[in-house]
Amino acid sequence: MTLTANVPHESWNPVPQPSLEVEGVTVAYPNGNVALRDASFGLGAGTIAGLVGVNGSGKSTLFKAIMGFVQPIAGEVRIAGMPVREALKRNLVAYVPQAEEVDWNFPVLVEDVVMMGRQGHMGFFRIPSAKDRELVDQSLARVGMTEYRKRQIGELSGGQKKRVFLARALAQQGRIMLLDEPFTGVDVQTETAIIDLMRELRGQGHLMLVSTHNLGSVPDFCDQVVLVNRTVLAAGPTAEVFTQSNLEQAFGGVLRHFQLAGSDLHDDKEDTRRVTVLTDDERPVVFYGENGSKPASPSKPQDDK
Amino acid sequence: MMDWLYTFIVEPLSYDFMQRALLVAILVGAVSAALSCFLVLKGWSLMGDAISHAVLPGIVLAYVVGLPIAIGAFVAGLFAAISTGYLKDNSRIKEDTAMGIVFTGMFAVGLVLFSRIETDQHLSHILFGDMLGVTWGDLIETAVIAGVTLLIVLTKRRDFLLYAFDPQHARAIGLPVKLLHYGLLALLSITIVASLKAVGIILVVAMLIAPGAIGFLLAKRFETMLVIAMSVAIASGVLGTLISYSINGATGPCIVLIQAGVFLLALLFAPGSGLLRRRAAPGTHAAGLPIAP
Ligand SMILES: Nc1ncnc2c1ncn2[C@@H]1O[C@H](COP(=O)(O)OP(=O)(O)OP(=O)(O)O)[C@@H](O)[C@H]1O
Ligand SMILES: [Mg+2]
Repeated sequence: MTLTANVPHESWNPVPQPSLEVEGVTVAYPNGNVALRDASFGLGAGTIAGLVGVNGSGKSTLFKAIMGFVQPIAGEVRIAGMPVREALKRNLVAYVPQAEEVDWNFPVLVEDVVMMGRQGHMGFFRIPSAKDRELVDQSLARVGMTEYRKRQIGELSGGQKKRVFLARALAQQGRIMLLDEPFTGVDVQTETAIIDLMRELRGQGHLMLVSTHNLGSVPDFCDQVVLVNRTVLAAGPTAEVFTQSNLEQAFGGVLRHFQLAGSDLHDDKEDTRRVTVLTDDERPVVFYGENGSKPASPSKPQDDK
Repeated sequence: MMDWLYTFIVEPLSYDFMQRALLVAILVGAVSAALSCFLVLKGWSLMGDAISHAVLPGIVLAYVVGLPIAIGAFVAGLFAAISTGYLKDNSRIKEDTAMGIVFTGMFAVGLVLFSRIETDQHLSHILFGDMLGVTWGDLIETAVIAGVTLLIVLTKRRDFLLYAFDPQHARAIGLPVKLLHYGLLALLSITIVASLKAVGIILVVAMLIAPGAIGFLLAKRFETMLVIAMSVAIASGVLGTLISYSINGATGPCIVLIQAGVFLLALLFAPGSGLLRRRAAPGTHAAGLPIAP
């Protein structure tokens, strides 16, 4: 974080500092369904922010609104201080949707798809440079897909397809990355690799917004959390926002909820501390303490320094 | 053998009208093949059909007001493409349905106008083309349009391809997706207009689908697909024109027939996916195949 934050910007560094401001965004779908109402939050450079909420709470809608794929009926999104269109033109944002809606029979190879991440950086004739090729190689290696690079894109498993599109986002080198449920359908090894990678990018000053249902891993790798349920309920540092009461509010009755306390947990009956287990997925989040308000392992950006 | 070569190739080429016909067949074949690759991939195969039928009212109206026929046709074709897109985006109707309604409606308008207004055009020539009646003027017009279209499509092929594959990503990396969308439709319209004189409304549709479909069956990569499609189209253009001369049959249909034949061969023998190959490969099952060879 410190590496890039101290760099005097604009004058000699044309790459703007990543930031994301969502202000009072309201999104309505054509059928009249208001999926988000008056959502506001802001994120800065060197951040991994977790976007957490139940199914249908508007996580994917928020991503689409940030990308300008759905037009908010009210409010504004600014990326690195610019309007969305401007930021996209400058190739600042990489976005990996929850599900790719592409034709898997397309005559493109895995490496061609990853090269598409570089296309916005290429000149008029779109001829890949040596640097483009190198970045494609690196990105494929990062997601462990190098040996599949000559496969046609449809000849992959679901998780492998997902990794290819992640590699494309990496190759794009956007300073802002929006990942909509990158861990769904990928194995634990890949998940760990993705998280390691995000930590590294955070160290380089990138901004990442990641939606997930794995509540348990949120305190692990997110330094910021945005809680949504048809609006932004709370946003801020993980330790402050990712609390039991906030989560219960965000998830209503949907979470599985276990509590261990008293003699189940302690020899000393007077001990009031208890363990609370909340889960939306296979990975529960565990709270421990007097009122069970702190996540078991809150992460801070300096963890990986 | 020499005799045969003479009557099949040398003799027809001694006629002016055959030289023009061959050149037009090559030009129209090459440009529509390049476009067909994108159409097949984008799921727009019937867009060519829609636009080519929809140009009819434009042709008649241009004649009435004294504009060049090509301009009337181009405007009408583009109108069909844009209104199809508008209907799709602003209603629950799917694209193919919208296309069907727009083009049959416009074609009907064209037919009514055509039957009410005296023009110097023959309906059968508009529908089926008149390859052997192409003039040098027609040829130059076709050459200019085909040349410019090919130039744009080939230099910008990566952007068109990315737009066809993943329009969302194209937008995310800041490509001008609206320009790509309407640019492709405009190039398609103008190509159809340029091909009308030679192959006619109905056959231009075939030339806008078959080569791309053949390339798609045979190639694993887009560039290969493009090369295959264009080679097949040019070869069948030349062959079809020569055959039509020697059997004294209509030229356009001969070209299309050859393309259909190549498509059938590709379907049967494509590496990996060909129907016959799959059958023959040991250990693989031809289960679920609609046609038993
Ligand atoms: N195209 C659409 N038209 C109308 N309503 C939609 C559309 N897409 C989503 N919605 C609705 O908007 C709300 C938010 O959907 P969204 O996809 O943003 O949820 P999500 O938080 O991403 O859920 P998940 O965890 O299942 O991915 C839901 O109620 C959904 O039914
Ligand atoms: Mg979602």
